[in-house]
Amino acid sequence: MSILIQFKPDFLQAVPTSDGPYRHSFNFRSIWKKAILIALLVSLCPLIFITIIDYKFTQNSIQSENLLRTQQVGSNARRSISFFLSERLSALSFIVRDNSIEELKDPEKLKGILQNLMASFNGFVDLGLIDQNGVQLNYVGPYQLEGKDYSNQAWFQQVKDKNFSISEVFVGFRNVPHLILAAKYVMPDGSFFILRTAIDSARFDDFLGNLHLNGRGDAFLINKSGIIQTPTLYHGNLFEQFPFAVPTYSINTEIREEIDKAGNEVIICSAFIPESPYILIIVKQKDELMKPWRATRIKLIGFLVISISLILLVIFGIVTNMVNNMYLLDQRRLSSVHKMEYSNKLASIGRLSAGVAHEINNPLAIINEKAGLIKDILSYSETPGQNPRVIELIDSVLSSVERCGTITKRLLGFARHMDSTFETINLPNVIHDVLGFLHKEAEYRDIVITTDFADDIPEFKSDRGKLQQIFLNIINNAFSAMKTAGRLNIVIRHHSDDNTIVATITDNGCGISEGDMGKIFEPFFSTKTRQGGTGLGLSITYGLAMELGGKVNVTSKLGEGTSFFITLPINPPQQKTEK
Amino acid sequence: MRLLLVDDENEFVTTLAERLVIRGFEVDYATKAVDALDLAEKNRYDLVVLDMKMPGTSGLELKYMLEQIRPNMKYIFLTGHGSEEDYVAGSQQATHYLVKPVNISILISKINEAVDTHE
Repeated sequence: MSILIQFKPDFLQAVPTSDGPYRHSFNFRSIWKKAILIALLVSLCPLIFITIIDYKFTQNSIQSENLLRTQQVGSNARRSISFFLSERLSALSFIVRDNSIEELKDPEKLKGILQNLMASFNGFVDLGLIDQNGVQLNYVGPYQLEGKDYSNQAWFQQVKDKNFSISEVFVGFRNVPHLILAAKYVMPDGSFFILRTAIDSARFDDFLGNLHLNGRGDAFLINKSGIIQTPTLYHGNLFEQFPFAVPTYSINTEIREEIDKAGNEVIICSAFIPESPYILIIVKQKDELMKPWRATRIKLIGFLVISISLILLVIFGIVTNMVNNMYLLDQRRLSSVHKMEYSNKLASIGRLSAGVAHEINNPLAIINEKAGLIKDILSYSETPGQNPRVIELIDSVLSSVERCGTITKRLLGFARHMDSTFETINLPNVIHDVLGFLHKEAEYRDIVITTDFADDIPEFKSDRGKLQQIFLNIINNAFSAMKTAGRLNIVIRHHSDDNTIVATITDNGCGISEGDMGKIFEPFFSTKTRQGGTGLGLSITYGLAMELGGKVNVTSKLGEGTSFFITLPINPPQQKTEK
Repeated sequence: MRLLLVDDENEFVTTLAERLVIRGFEVDYATKAVDALDLAEKNRYDLVVLDMKMPGTSGLELKYMLEQIRPNMKYIFLTGHGSEEDYVAGSQQATHYLVKPVNISILISKINEAVDTHE
């Protein structure tokens, strides 16, 4: 806590005081708050605004890029699957047109054709010739399917209508998932026959598995009823229902966003494979796709946090420093103004004192001379000592006049030294002069003043007026700190080692608290504001001592008393103190 | 010893003159500068005790004029005023600069001292 207080700027440590002629004209705490607020608004608003725009822009860019890339993959895959199917279907159509039914009924011929197909294209499993009643007339392949009747199968109905057919994936007689490609040839008499081949659907699996989809991507085929046609990674088994809505027909590759059963956002790319019952589906987890965005977002937020921290640090630092400098300058300005006022006031008091003393001195001089003349007449008469009582009374008058004269001369002496001049000073005499003004107050308040002036105090060059002000201020301060029956001790010592004179003024007054010790020489610090204190006395005293090349130190204990140590150099730096 | 007292306070100057006469001095006095100059032209004085502030002519001006008439006279300023300027100027221009009220014995000692120093 004490470390924090150490760094707390001066203007925040300043204790607010009541209004008065010596108070600040500015509220620095408010100026500081406003300056920080404005600086923060001006610097942070554009930064946050730009960051939000950049955040949104980057997010949209990455999202659009992901959607576009998925769409491109979908389109490419659709073309590839479509090409795969149409290539094999075209080969089948060529064979059925190039060979007569008799040739195709020949097992060896059909076997040779299958071997050629298998050598040229992958995926062909077998080859069968089927008559217009759906009965398989000839078959070559790994299964025993001669004589099988396909008249009830959907693909057979389709090929009768369209001349070719691409079936959905099904298990069929062989109990293995496969699809059927069939091509029809119509003979001149109107009868027809069909060349049929089974394609291993595992070829699709390999192809779809090699798409290298990011974002936990899953590519597979469904039919138009939504039945899954090829194995999926995350979206169900073969022949199960696709867990999302079946896309409506579109010639283009479509993309849409949905929420899956687990509540995750997914991107679904769908493409209808032309002339086939298949729809290509690519499903990607949006969360996975946005991973690069999250990394960018963390960097962006990190940059924002660091920027804001730096801006806050710089703004707080600069504004606090500037306001503090303003506060210190204002303190200095106020101090100078009031010091000038104080000096003017002292000069006015000096002139007033001189005027009053002059006005009083003349009638005093007349009383002095008249009383003196009466005494002379009585003393120099031919019958001296006739009335000793009269002589005694006249002496009393003369003594009182002399006392008055001493007071007015002391006043004149003070007034005479208001201006700054260097002269030879006897410090005990200066202190005696000051005490001459205060001894009556000390008597009234029952304050005992003791002095202890060493015999070896040398005379030195200094400014009498400033010294009088220093000691008057400090002794007045001591008087204020003491109640009745106080004790004030003044000690003067010569320190030959550093050639200085140290005057120690000790009182047994209320003392100064530890918290106030560091502030007592600051301008406007006063514990007597309610009693009319300006808080300038000790500040001015300190300044005057500095001007004379000296210093003022203080020790104090609350409730026990205070000691002021005024150190004055025997050889002061004259260029600083002389006008 | 012949003295000339100059002060605008008539009560003061007459009484002081009388007291000095009692003590054996020959004393003339004036309350105006013109009277003082007149007396100085007619008589020769060893020392002049004069005020710093007088209506019309200041003590310093009067001293300058008296010096034109009698160059060898000594001067003591006896004044109720004690401003810095007066003190500096008066103490430089005269043998002594005294502030009222002053004890008669001190004044006499200063007079004697001034005259003796001069002689």
